[in-house]
Amino acid sequence: MTAVKQNLIPFKVILILAWRNLWRNNRRTLIMLSAITIGVWAMIFMIALMRGMVDDMLLNGIRHLPGEVQIHHPDYRDDPSINNSITTPGEKLLKALQIPEVKAWTNRIRVPAVISSERDSRGVTLLGVEPISEVQLGFDLDSIIEGRFLKHSHDSGIIIGAKMAERLETHLGKRIVIMSQDPENNIVDRGFRIVGIYKARMASLEEVYVYAGLGTVQKLLELGDKVSEIAITGEDYRHVEDWFLVIKEAAGKNLQTLPWYEIDTYLSTMLVTMDGFVLIWIIVIFLALSFGLVNTLMMAVFERIREIGLMQALGMRPGLILYQILIESFFLLFIGLLLGNVFAIGTIIPLQDGVDISAVAEGMEMMGVSSILYPALKLNDMLLVNAIVIVLGLLASVLPAWHAASFDPVEALGKE
Amino acid sequence: MNIALRLAWRNLWRHKRRTWLTVGAMIFSNLLLVFMISLQFGSYRMMIDNTLKSYTGHMQVQRDGYNDNQKIRNSFGNIVTLASDIRHQLASNTVAARGVAFAMTSSEQRSFGLQLIGVEPQYEARVSNLPGLVKKGRYLSDSNAEEIVIGSVLARNLRVNIGDELTLLGSGRDGSFAAGVVIVIGIFDSGNTDIDRSMAQLPLGYFQTLFSMEGHGHNIVINADDLSLVPELQQRVNTILAEQNNLMVLNWNQLQPGLQQAIKADLVSAWFMYAILIVLVAFSVLNTQLMSVLERTREFGTMMALGLKPVRLGALVCIETFIMSSLGLVIGAGLGAVLAYYLSIVGFSYPGMEEMASRFNLPDRIYPSLSLFSVFLGPGIVFVFSMLASMYPALKLFYLHPVSAMRSA
Repeated sequence: MTAVKQNLIPFKVILILAWRNLWRNNRRTLIMLSAITIGVWAMIFMIALMRGMVDDMLLNGIRHLPGEVQIHHPDYRDDPSINNSITTPGEKLLKALQIPEVKAWTNRIRVPAVISSERDSRGVTLLGVEPISEVQLGFDLDSIIEGRFLKHSHDSGIIIGAKMAERLETHLGKRIVIMSQDPENNIVDRGFRIVGIYKARMASLEEVYVYAGLGTVQKLLELGDKVSEIAITGEDYRHVEDWFLVIKEAAGKNLQTLPWYEIDTYLSTMLVTMDGFVLIWIIVIFLALSFGLVNTLMMAVFERIREIGLMQALGMRPGLILYQILIESFFLLFIGLLLGNVFAIGTIIPLQDGVDISAVAEGMEMMGVSSILYPALKLNDMLLVNAIVIVLGLLASVLPAWHAASFDPVEALGKE
Repeated sequence: MNIALRLAWRNLWRHKRRTWLTVGAMIFSNLLLVFMISLQFGSYRMMIDNTLKSYTGHMQVQRDGYNDNQKIRNSFGNIVTLASDIRHQLASNTVAARGVAFAMTSSEQRSFGLQLIGVEPQYEARVSNLPGLVKKGRYLSDSNAEEIVIGSVLARNLRVNIGDELTLLGSGRDGSFAAGVVIVIGIFDSGNTDIDRSMAQLPLGYFQTLFSMEGHGHNIVINADDLSLVPELQQRVNTILAEQNNLMVLNWNQLQPGLQQAIKADLVSAWFMYAILIVLVAFSVLNTQLMSVLERTREFGTMMALGLKPVRLGALVCIETFIMSSLGLVIGAGLGAVLAYYLSIVGFSYPGMEEMASRFNLPDRIYPSLSLFSVFLGPGIVFVFSMLASMYPALKLFYLHPVSAMRSA
C-alpha cells in the first residue's frame, strides 16, 4: 500500500470503528458514562445553586435601598451624619441625569435616629424620600403589607418594617416619635402617624429603615433643601460602567460618586469569589473524573494490543489509531455531557419556584441571603462546564491514545 | 504471608498503571477532603469563639421571654447577688451580670441612638474580650463611677476622645425619664466594625441608678472552660436556678441561632460536594475491579475447577480492593495531614476572603484545625465506599460456572 492510499481510509470508517469499540464492553462504558453524567450534573447543579445564592445577595444588597450609583458628601460614608449633607443636583448634574442610560434617580436623606413608641425605643436609620421617584427607582410597592406608601414629599406619615412594629408593640394608625439631631446638634423630635408597614426580603432589614417624606424630614432636621445622597439607577446593574463616569464627571470633584460595587465591597467580592469557585469546582470534579477516564481508555487500549498491531501491520498509520482512540473518548465525553446537562436541567427546572431554606434562615441572613433560594441556571456556566470537560477530557485521553499509536506492530502481534 | 494476601498483592501489580490510577483517584480526593474538612472545623470553631467572646458568652441567665422580647422591663431583681451566688456555687469566676438599655447618646457635635450595656467591671473581662481590647485610656473599674467605654468607630463618629463628656437620654425601667452625663475613659478596637460602631459599656451600679433599675438587670453571662462543657454547665446552672421560677438559662445556640444555622448551611453544601467526590472515586474502583474480574474469567474458572470456593475468590477481590484502598487512605490522609498541618501554622487565605470572613467574625487568615477525626473522617468514608464498590464484582464470582468460564476468551 502506498501512503496515498492510506489517506483514503474515509473518516467515516474511523468514526464507526470508534463507536463500535466503545460498545464492545458496554458494562465498562456504562460505568464510566454514569460517572461522567454524575460529575457533570453535580457541576451544573451546584453552580446553579451558588449563582442563585449570589444573585439573591445582590438583589438584597442592591434592591432594598436602590441606587446603583450614589453621590455623597466625601465624608458621609465614614460618618453618615446630617453634617455631611449635600445640595440637590445642580444644572450640570441634572443635565447628565437626562442621559438615556439613567432609568431613574432620586434624592434621599439617610441619617441615624431614634424611634420610640410608648412601649420601647430603638435606633434606626431614618430615610427621607421622594415617594414618586423612589418607586421609579425600584421601591417595591408590593412590600407594603398594611396601609399605603408615602404620597408626597411632605406626607406627614411614616412607613416602618413589620419586625420593627412588633418590637415597638405598635401598629398601623398609631403614633411614634422620631428623634434625631439638627446640624447644630440640637436634639429634634416629631411625632409621626404610622401609615404603612413593609416587609423586606430579609427580616433584619425591617428593623433598620423607616421611610418618611423628604420635605417633612428636611423640615424636622432644619436641613433646608439639603440631602444625604443622590441615588441613580440604570437598566442593568451589571453595566454601570457605561454611564457611571458621565455622572461622576458631572457631579464634580467635591462630591463622592461611587458605583454599587465600590459601596458594598462584600457584594463585589462575592461576585468575583463565586467566579473563582465555579472554576475550581469544575476542575476538582473533572480531576476526580479524569483518573477513571484515563483508566478506562488505558484498559480499552491494552485489551486491543493485538488488534491494534494487526491494523498497523495492515497499513493503518499510527496517527489514525491515535484519532480513533481520541474519537472514542470524545463519544464517551459527549454522551456523558449530554446526559449530565439533561439531568441538571431536569433537576433545576422543578426548583425554579425556589428552595425553602428557612430552617437556616438566620444563618443565611449572616451571609446576606434570604430564606428562599432560587437556582440560577446560566448559559455561560453551562458552556464553561461543557467546554472544560471536552477540552481537558480530550487532553487527558492523549496519553492512552498516544500509547496505543506507538506500539510496535510486530511486538503487539506477539502478545497473547 | 497468607497465600490469599500474597495472591492479591501480586494480582494488583499485574496492571501497575491501572492500580496506580485507581489509587491516584483516592489519593486526590482524600487529600482534598482532609484539607477541606480541617479547614471547615478550624473556621467553625473560630467563628463560634470569636462571635461568642465579644459579647454573647456561652450561656446567659435571663428572665423568661427576654430573649424574644428584649425590653428594659423584662428584667429580674437582685442580679448582682444572684451572680455572686452562681459564682460561689459553680466555684467559677467566669460569671458576670449585665443590664441593657437604650439611650440617645450625644457628644458636643453628634447624637446617636445606642444600646448601652451595664457591666460588672471586675468580672466582665472574664466573660468577654472587649475589656482587653481597650487601646486608649483604661477599662471601667468602679461600679458606681459615671464613666463609659466605647468602640473606636463610635468614638470617631461621635468625635470624642478620652476625657470628653457624653450626655445620655433615655427612659428607665419604670418608664421614667433617664438622663446622665458620663466621661469617656476608654476606647476599644476589636477590629469588627459592627461592634466598634455600636457597643458602649457603663459600670452596672451607675447603670442601675441611671435607668431606675432598683437592683434589676437583664442577663448573667456564664462561660464554660470549653464549648464542649456547655451542656453540662447549663444543667448545673439550671439546678441552681430551680427555685427562681421566672428565670431560665439559654445556651449560645439559643441566643445566637444564626451561628449554628450558618454552619449547618455550609456543612450541607460542603457534604454535597464531598459526596460527589466520594461517589466518583467509588465508580472508579467499581470499574477497575469489574474489569480485573472480567479479564480473569478464565483464570478464576480454572481455580474453581481445581476446587477453590467462590467465597475465597470473592474474598480475593475484596482483599485486592482493601490493599488499594489502604494505599489510598494512608498516602492521601498522610499528604492531606501534612498540607493541613503546614497551613495550620502559616494560615490559609484566598483573594476576597477578608470581606467574607469579617461577616462571620473571622480573621483574614484561617488556620485549619488538625485532629485524628478531621484527618480520617473523609478518607475513612472513601475507604468504606471503595470496599462497597468492590462488592458487585466480588459477588459476580458466585455466578461463575467453571466450565463456561474456562472456555471464555
